[in-house]
Amino acid sequence: MKHDSTATGLLWIGPWVLGFSIFTVVPVALALYYGFTDYTLLEAPIYVGADNYARMFEDPILGQVLWNTAVFGVISIVLGTVVSILLAVLLSKPARFQSFWRAAVFAPSVLPLVALAVIFKLAYDPELGIANRSFDLLLGWTGLQGPNWFGSGFWAMTALILMGLWGVGPAVVIYLAGLRDVPKQLHEAASIDGVGRWGRFFHVVLPMISPVILFNVIIGVINAAQVFAVPLLLTGGGPERTTYFHSMYVYDQAFTFGDMGYASALGVLQFVIILALTGIILLAGRKLVYYRGA
Amino acid sequence: MSATPSLQPRNSVFGRGAIYLLLALVAFVALLPPVYMLAISLGGADPAASPLEGGIAETARRTSDTYRHVITDENTDVPLYLRNTLWIALLSVVGTTVSSAVVAYGFSRVRWRGRGVAFMVMLSTMMIPFPVVMVPLFVMFRDIGWIGTFAPLWVPAWFGNAFSIFLLRQFFLTLPRELDDASRIDGCGHLRNFIHVILPLSLPALLVVALFHFMFVWNDFLGPLVFLTHRDQFTLALGLQLYLSKLGQTPWNLLMAATTIMVAPVLVLFVLMQRTFVEGISTAGSKG
Repeated sequence: MKHDSTATGLLWIGPWVLGFSIFTVVPVALALYYGFTDYTLLEAPIYVGADNYARMFEDPILGQVLWNTAVFGVISIVLGTVVSILLAVLLSKPARFQSFWRAAVFAPSVLPLVALAVIFKLAYDPELGIANRSFDLLLGWTGLQGPNWFGSGFWAMTALILMGLWGVGPAVVIYLAGLRDVPKQLHEAASIDGVGRWGRFFHVVLPMISPVILFNVIIGVINAAQVFAVPLLLTGGGPERTTYFHSMYVYDQAFTFGDMGYASALGVLQFVIILALTGIILLAGRKLVYYRGA
Repeated sequence: MSATPSLQPRNSVFGRGAIYLLLALVAFVALLPPVYMLAISLGGADPAASPLEGGIAETARRTSDTYRHVITDENTDVPLYLRNTLWIALLSVVGTTVSSAVVAYGFSRVRWRGRGVAFMVMLSTMMIPFPVVMVPLFVMFRDIGWIGTFAPLWVPAWFGNAFSIFLLRQFFLTLPRELDDASRIDGCGHLRNFIHVILPLSLPALLVVALFHFMFVWNDFLGPLVFLTHRDQFTLALGLQLYLSKLGQTPWNLLMAATTIMVAPVLVLFVLMQRTFVEGISTAGSKG
């Protein structure tokens, strides 16, 4: 088989190389540079050394923002992983109207986030919303009341995390494909060896789909680290910054306070965190993930 | 299946019933948000009242009033936002599909030294968070006068998109290599092979990429928020946010009607092209 020249290859991927350079490499380099400057957009950036990075250590809001993002990310990813695997197992069972069930589970994931946020804003309304009205209907006789969803940090965070479950569609589809690829013979062999239903799930199915879990967790980390639109619209970051996340802080520093230097440094921090977490997860994955043929 | 009854010991009538019950419950919960949205948009100003209050005829009249109001309201120029969103979507979708196909060809059917490394680099760029490039992009686009125009939202799409390139490459790799050899024997270069052989065979994959990118543009919020400055240029996502920010003055039925208008096209697309969606996502996951 004849090889093409590297020049031919580069020519074909040229559009991407060009776009990547202009819209990614240059901006990332500029962000690194702005991170070391005081920059208000009105005047040229002034070099200030590592001031912006030193400022991070004394910024209580950043501490809170990182903590919120971590809490949201960890709980969302764990909950999302469990729920989407359970849904995938359920949807993999032979049943009539299977494509309907699958479509129904996937459908809310195609809704625009802004639209979902509007819907949940009403749904979580303490008096008018469907969440507390259903609560009253089902549990009203106990004298309990539904929570004031946006009234406390705990419930606001819970509201955001629960709402995220309506976005598990893509993960479910990917797990379904993973489950389909688990060889039937393995199931049968384990079954003949007397391994029960749960044993087969934990010792056969989970190891076989562990690369898929790894993939979904990494995507989950990248997405959770950047959560922006939904908290902005649903809680506005409140109450008292309990649902204020990293991307919202970067945006506010840049476009509300006009501090482009600090905003850039915060963006760089976000990038470094994502890189580090992805690296750690991939390393951990080497030990925990089972690769066929490896 | 009857040969191995021991494998499905509990798929009794009871077990099957439980599965259908669970499926129905899951489907109900999953579909609740869009159904809720639609129901509220049919009702009156009080979202706690029944959506069908006053009977069918009254509901029909009220609903048509609500939607007419939302569409003609000057504060929330829905037709304008819709037109803006469609323009950006059209320019982005065409651009990203064409350019990603070219690049994906270079990553799959052209064999060159360094291809694997370059591909890994491209994949890893998907990790770069938007906030890190947000400020520099704003500055760059401001300096060339693009802030407050649609350009920042569609021009970058013409340079290929990592996710689309990845999906198309996976598809191109499944086409038999003999196709390229046949083209070469016929004296065709890569360009003609790409246009006359590979592309016509890849229409389903191109459709997946176009569909995903359309959804991305339709849903994008942060991009328009940063790069658009004037209300006349707003997309549906920004317009809806503007509408939501007037909560208190805006009754819920109007807000949900506006939301329904934004959601309806993507839901219709999804229902029509369900299979395409699912296959695209499976490809992305199983071969990642």
